[in-house]
Amino acid sequence: MNGFDFNKQAANVVVWLLLLAMPFWLPAIGGYIELGSRVVVLGLAAISLNFLLGYTGVLSFGHAAYFGLGAYGVGMIIRYVTPSTGLGILVGTLVGGIAAAIIGPLIIRLRGVYFAMVTIAFGQVFYFIAFRWNSVTGGDDGLIGWTRQPLNLGFTTVDILHNPTAFYYLVLVLFAISLGVMAWILGSPFGRTLIAIRENERRARFLGIPVDSHIWISWVISCTFVSLAGTLYALLNNFVDPRALYWTQSGDFVIMAVLGGMRSFWGPLIGAAIYVVLQDYLSSQTENWQSFIGLFFVLIVLFFPRGVLGFIRRKVAS
Amino acid sequence: MTQVVLFNVFNGLIVGAFYALMALGLSLILNLSGVINFAHGGFLAIGGYLAYVLIPYIGFWGALIVAPFLTALLGLVVERLLIRRVYGRDPLYSLLLTFGLAFIFEDGTRFIWGAQSLPFQVPGWLMSPLSNDFFFLTGYRLFMVAIVAIAVAALFVILGRTRLGMRIRAGTLDLETVSVLGVNVRILRNLNFGLGVYLAGLAGVLAVGQLGLQPTIGSSLIMPSFVAIIVGGLGSLPGTLLGGLLIGVASGVTTVFFPSATEAVIYVMMALVLLIRPRGLLGEEGRF
Repeated sequence: MNGFDFNKQAANVVVWLLLLAMPFWLPAIGGYIELGSRVVVLGLAAISLNFLLGYTGVLSFGHAAYFGLGAYGVGMIIRYVTPSTGLGILVGTLVGGIAAAIIGPLIIRLRGVYFAMVTIAFGQVFYFIAFRWNSVTGGDDGLIGWTRQPLNLGFTTVDILHNPTAFYYLVLVLFAISLGVMAWILGSPFGRTLIAIRENERRARFLGIPVDSHIWISWVISCTFVSLAGTLYALLNNFVDPRALYWTQSGDFVIMAVLGGMRSFWGPLIGAAIYVVLQDYLSSQTENWQSFIGLFFVLIVLFFPRGVLGFIRRKVAS
Repeated sequence: MTQVVLFNVFNGLIVGAFYALMALGLSLILNLSGVINFAHGGFLAIGGYLAYVLIPYIGFWGALIVAPFLTALLGLVVERLLIRRVYGRDPLYSLLLTFGLAFIFEDGTRFIWGAQSLPFQVPGWLMSPLSNDFFFLTGYRLFMVAIVAIAVAALFVILGRTRLGMRIRAGTLDLETVSVLGVNVRILRNLNFGLGVYLAGLAGVLAVGQLGLQPTIGSSLIMPSFVAIIVGGLGSLPGTLLGGLLIGVASGVTTVFFPSATEAVIYVMMALVLLIRPRGLLGEEGRF
C-alpha cells in the first residue's frame, strides 16, 4: 500500500480477469460452472477467515458456525418467510454477524490455542440446534423444499436458478464487494492497527490501543463475511444441512487459508481453489477421500507451512 | 420420576467419566506441549476397535488391559514421527496436523471395520441389574465408574509421587529449566503424549460397551472434552476432572426435562463459565 506496486497491481488484474472469464475457460478445461461458483464462495469464506487469522493474528477455528448460520438464514427466509433471494442473503448475513457480535465479548480476551478451542466448541451449539430442531431445520436430513429465487433487479429479472452462469456472476459481484470492503478496512488506520496487534500485541496495548475491542470488531467483520459466504453456499446447493456447521468444516477453511498463504490477500482464494478441485477429484475417485484430505493436511503442515504464495515469494526473494 | 432423574444423573455421570478421562489426556498433552490434540478422539476409537479385535483371543479382561497399551504405543509412534515436528511453532500448525490425523483415523477405522455399528460384548454377569428398584444400576455401569476412578487415582499418583510425574509437572511450569537440569525433554514429551493417549484408549474400551462401536465415536466425544477442559479451567487437572463430571451430569439431567437440549446444554454452561469466570472453575489466573 506504500506507493504503486506494479507487480501487485498486475496480479490483481490477472486474478480479476481470470475470475470474470471463468464461465468461458473453466468448461473448456473440463470443469463445470458450479465448481467455479464453489471456489469463489469458499474462497470468500477463507479470505474472510484470513481477515482474522492472517491480518489480526487471532486463531479462530470456529468459523463454520457462522458460515452455517448464514446458510440456514437464507434457506429459512426463502422456505418460510418470503421467496426473495436478496432478502435471504441480507438476513442470513446479519444473523451470522449478530451471533458473532454476541459471542465476541466471551472470547476476545482469550488467546492462542485457548481461543481456537473455545471458538470451535461454541460452534457446536449451532450444530446441535440445527440437528435437533427437526420441525424447523429438517434435522439431520437438512433443510429442503426451497430453491434460490429469480433475482428481481427492478428493471429486469435474472433467472439465477436455471442459469448457473448468471448465478456465478451474482456470486462474483458479492465476492468483489466483500473483498473491496475488506481491502478498504485493511488499508485504513483501523486495519493497520489490526496488523500492529498481530505483530506485537503487548506493544500495541502500551501504545494505548484498545486491543480487545479491536479484536472484537475484527471478529465480527470476519464472521459477517463468512456468513455471507454461507448464504451463497446454501443458494449454490439449494440445500443446507448441519454438516455446514460441523467443526470439521472450520478446519477446512483454515487449511484453505494456510494452503494459499495467510500473509497475502489472494492466498486463501488460491487455497480454496486447490482444495475444492482436489476434493471434487478425490471424492469422485475413492470412497476414502477423507483419509487423503487428512494426509493433505499433514503434508501441508510438514512441508508447505507458508502456503503457495509464501513459497513463491520466498523463491523469488532468494 | 425420582427414578428417571436418578437414572439420568447416573447416566450423565458415566458419560461425564468418559469425557473426563479423555479430557485429562488432552489436558496432559496441552499443558506440557501446548498442543491441542484433535486426533484424541481418533485414538479413543482405535482403542475401542483394538479391544473388539482382541476380545475373541484374550477375552474382555485381557483386552481391557492390552488395548489401551497398544493405543498408547501408537501414540508414542505418532508423536515421534509427526507431532514432535510442530513443537514450538505457531499453534496453528499443531491444530492442523492433529486435525488431519483425526480425519485419517476416522476414515481409516471406517475403511477397515466399516461404517456400521459393531456388536461389542461385555461379560454377561456384568450386564444384569443389581437391584429391581434401581434397574439402571447394572454391574457394567458401576464397573465403568470404578475403572475410571481407579485410572484417575492412578494418574494422580503417577503425577504426584513418581519421578516421571514430577518431571511432567515441572515441565508444565517451565520446560526450559527442566531441560537445563538434565532431563531429556524429548523423551519426557513423548512419554507424556503416550500417557495421554493411554487414557483415550482406556476411555475407548469402556465407552464402546456403553455407546456402541462406530468410527464417529471419537469425533462425537472430543468437543465435550474440550468443554470439560474449558469449564474446569485450563492447566488444572482436578479442574478437568470436575468439568467432565459436571457437564456429563448436566446433560444427563437435561435429558429428563428438555431432551432436545441434551447436547447443547454443555455449551451454554461453557458460555456461563466464560462469562463469570473466564479462567474456568479451578483454572489458574493469567495462564492463558
